[in-house]
Amino acid sequence: MRYLPLDAAERQAMLARIGVPDVEALFADIPADKRIGGLIDLPLAKSEMAVERTMSAMAARSVAAGSAPFFLGAGAYKRHIPASVDHLIQRSEFLTSYTPYQPEIAQGTLKVLFEFQTQVATLTGMEVANASMYDGSTACAEAMMMAHRLTKRGKAVLSGGLHPQYADVAETLARLAGETVVRLPPDVRASEDIAAAMDDETSCVVVQSPDFFGNPRDLAPIADAAHARGALLVAVFTDPVSLGALRSPGEMDADIVVGEGQGIGNALSFGGPYLGLFSTRLKFVRQMPGRLAGETVDADGRRSFVLTLSTREQHIRREKATSNICTNSALCALAFSIHLALLGGVGLRRLANLNHANAVQLADRLSAVPGVEIVNACFFNEFTLRTPRPAADVIEALARRGVIGGLPVSRLLPQAGLDDCIVVASTEVNSDDDRSAYAKALAECLR
Amino acid sequence: MNSQGRPTRPETAQAAARKTFTGNRALDMEEALIFETGRFDASGVDVDDPEPFASRLGPTASAGAPELPGLTEPEAVRHYVRLSRDNYSIDAGLYPLGSCTMKHNPRLNEKMARLPGFSDVHPLQPVSTAQGALAVIEALAAALMTMTGMSAIAMSPKAGAHGELCGMMTIKAAIEARGEVATRRVVLVPDSAHGTNPATAALIGFSVRPVPAGDEGDVSVEAVKSALAPDVAAIMLTNPNTCGLFERQIVGIAEAVREAGAYFYCDGANFNAIVGKTRPGDLGVDAMHINLHKTFSTPHGGGGPGAGPVALSSRLAPFAPVPFVTREGDRLRLVEHAAGTESFGRMSAFHGQMGMFVRALSFILSHGADGLRQASEDAVLSANYIRASLADVMSAPFGERACMHEALFDDRWLKDTGLSTLDFAKAMIDEGFHPMTVYFPLIVHGAMLIEPTESESKASLDRFIMTLRDLAFAAKAGDRERFTSAPIHAPRRRLDETRAARQPVLRWTRPRPA
Repeated sequence: MRYLPLDAAERQAMLARIGVPDVEALFADIPADKRIGGLIDLPLAKSEMAVERTMSAMAARSVAAGSAPFFLGAGAYKRHIPASVDHLIQRSEFLTSYTPYQPEIAQGTLKVLFEFQTQVATLTGMEVANASMYDGSTACAEAMMMAHRLTKRGKAVLSGGLHPQYADVAETLARLAGETVVRLPPDVRASEDIAAAMDDETSCVVVQSPDFFGNPRDLAPIADAAHARGALLVAVFTDPVSLGALRSPGEMDADIVVGEGQGIGNALSFGGPYLGLFSTRLKFVRQMPGRLAGETVDADGRRSFVLTLSTREQHIRREKATSNICTNSALCALAFSIHLALLGGVGLRRLANLNHANAVQLADRLSAVPGVEIVNACFFNEFTLRTPRPAADVIEALARRGVIGGLPVSRLLPQAGLDDCIVVASTEVNSDDDRSAYAKALAECLR
Repeated sequence: MNSQGRPTRPETAQAAARKTFTGNRALDMEEALIFETGRFDASGVDVDDPEPFASRLGPTASAGAPELPGLTEPEAVRHYVRLSRDNYSIDAGLYPLGSCTMKHNPRLNEKMARLPGFSDVHPLQPVSTAQGALAVIEALAAALMTMTGMSAIAMSPKAGAHGELCGMMTIKAAIEARGEVATRRVVLVPDSAHGTNPATAALIGFSVRPVPAGDEGDVSVEAVKSALAPDVAAIMLTNPNTCGLFERQIVGIAEAVREAGAYFYCDGANFNAIVGKTRPGDLGVDAMHINLHKTFSTPHGGGGPGAGPVALSSRLAPFAPVPFVTREGDRLRLVEHAAGTESFGRMSAFHGQMGMFVRALSFILSHGADGLRQASEDAVLSANYIRASLADVMSAPFGERACMHEALFDDRWLKDTGLSTLDFAKAMIDEGFHPMTVYFPLIVHGAMLIEPTESESKASLDRFIMTLRDLAFAAKAGDRERFTSAPIHAPRRRLDETRAARQPVLRWTRPRPA
């Protein structure tokens, strides 16, 4: 077996040093009637070539986003990622190191995390960010729990513009933790009255912008209303590139900002691994979940970095920890950080502008198709279409024509009465040919 | 450069300590932060400017770019390559972190994860266009069921602790379905457990009742029975446990827990020792997470991402979270909604860590049934080889008992040296080794937990053993300086961690003008 260096003679020599006759003796603590002779239902070892053949055949059964005109977002975004990003994250020293618990030999990872934290805090307009969470949805649920701890209240209000699966995750955790969630109805036109849903038990309102349907939201009045009630504003985003074009949640007075970071540096990968971005005000840092890298000095007085404030964490505080998170998304955070370092602030703004331009052009093309209506007054790179036929059928018909046309809202919200809605995204990867192909195919499907 | 005729000669030790102008020491280079070297008006990505158009961003459009530095590609490559060289890695050396399973990460797995049919597939594409991705989930789940002997696998948890949360949520949902959620509010957790176990139980409102481990390192049926009561929802037990030992009374414990109407959650962090040797399902486990980033070699990446699928018994399977994959003939379907089922809900958006699933499946297919069993045997053999080879110079808390895939020592043998476990660990760094896990498990004083994994050659194990023996002799011979000053050859010496926590600096800020 190509991954196992020991040979039979070496194994014998090692058993002799240990003083046992065979390897089975080392497993004597397993009750004899519970030991198995092998894994009879699994095939035997395969060569690298044979594995590659099997896996490639499986991969060939999916349509790769890059092989079709592709207009699907809804929480995960097809991006062009500079070639150097994937090359650099495969450096052995990044790829095959553990959590930096021995800082003297992990300054590389620690410095990356410190830079990452600074980038995320700056991008979101907040004072402090952690070293990443699993993804946007879990970061969102953790933000809700953090707001409960900070306010000593147990009721969260979720905007109807929050990604439905983010709301599902928060609702699931809250229900099993014995907390309350008020979930406002799906809000396609961003017309809900969030302030009216708050009361004196509300710990936080969770509001996404741009929302699931693509509407950018002014968070400032919502923050004011929340603060007047003694509640916090948790701001959510699903595409970090939007922060290159829109005012940051911090500028609009959010207390905790969470979001999905995949859209910078990370592949679609059918939903994971991604990375959750998490930032807040400095005064709340001791209730923040997740790891933090901080600056200090070593014995020679040289600037150094180390994981810090770990008295919040499970390996120190056990059942009193702020979260149970241990492993996070360090390598995805590295990819995010490299891509964003390459872009810089000005590059991010240009990229955001191109995304928006492509979305505007697409909206113009699609709204010219008879029967199609664009719901949004404003949007960044994602908007909602109304079609005269059930959206799920339209998307399937488009797929048969080789166009991935977006998300039928009914897939995530089957009972919402939004069966005619499609959430459509356009990023920098879409060309004019892609837009023409979409408009043409959509017209055919609706004919 | 042609150095013929000008052979280099070793210089004196004094010269080696000389300070340099740059602060660099040849290949060991100091690297500033991107905020100090990057330009705030630069970018390393060429983005096309669109044709003029009317913005539809609305009133929340921002006035300018975020204040972030940009690097051109050569600058970025150099920055990150230089940073990387300050990291230890499994690719560079033995990484014996107990309980973390730092095994070799086959590069085939990286290649497979980057096939566009896996990496470039959107989680919400029409299911008809994502059949290959669903096939990976189905195949990996089937393999994990074979290895665990359990009824179902919840694939969506994102890491080990997330898997624990998934398992405990499943248990809570099952208790809820029995109408006992108000009465069963306690989870038993041995004092040797990972910190994630009590943190997870507390996160969903359980209170934690500790169970002591016995003198021989494992938990007894009696100890569990005396902690069991009608208020107990579950036990969270790690097996093989955090002392690196197989829980000998696990079957009796499982029976006692079941008789008391509670569930058995097994922390599967140490599954690497027993794949192909025994099946958790046969031992009476109700739920167990599997760290794909440990047992199945997906890279740790400096702290993640992981993946933590959860194996469930038949009595818990109906409560598993969405999504899950089902088969109708040759078509695979995705069940994404809990409504109308007994599923407790959803753990995360989308479908889990596909990139990790591909790597783990590639690892499993490569090893096959025979290779997986051999890997477990080699991991256990290597750990015992280290244990036996150090037994005469270090002290083991549980005597001569054979361990599973990790060897545990305590600090009794350091008693008269004035040195600590930490000093010993830091001295290993100077010798070119990553330290073992230290001060865990908490029940063993000054614990040193060594997990070599199956990836090391005998020559590598022997070098490691000889190094630790040399260090042990030096400690006992009173060579304190070698330990208390260590590390002296690493990119950094010991850090002031107190300062980091008392005066937290958690981000770069622009220096104030002088």
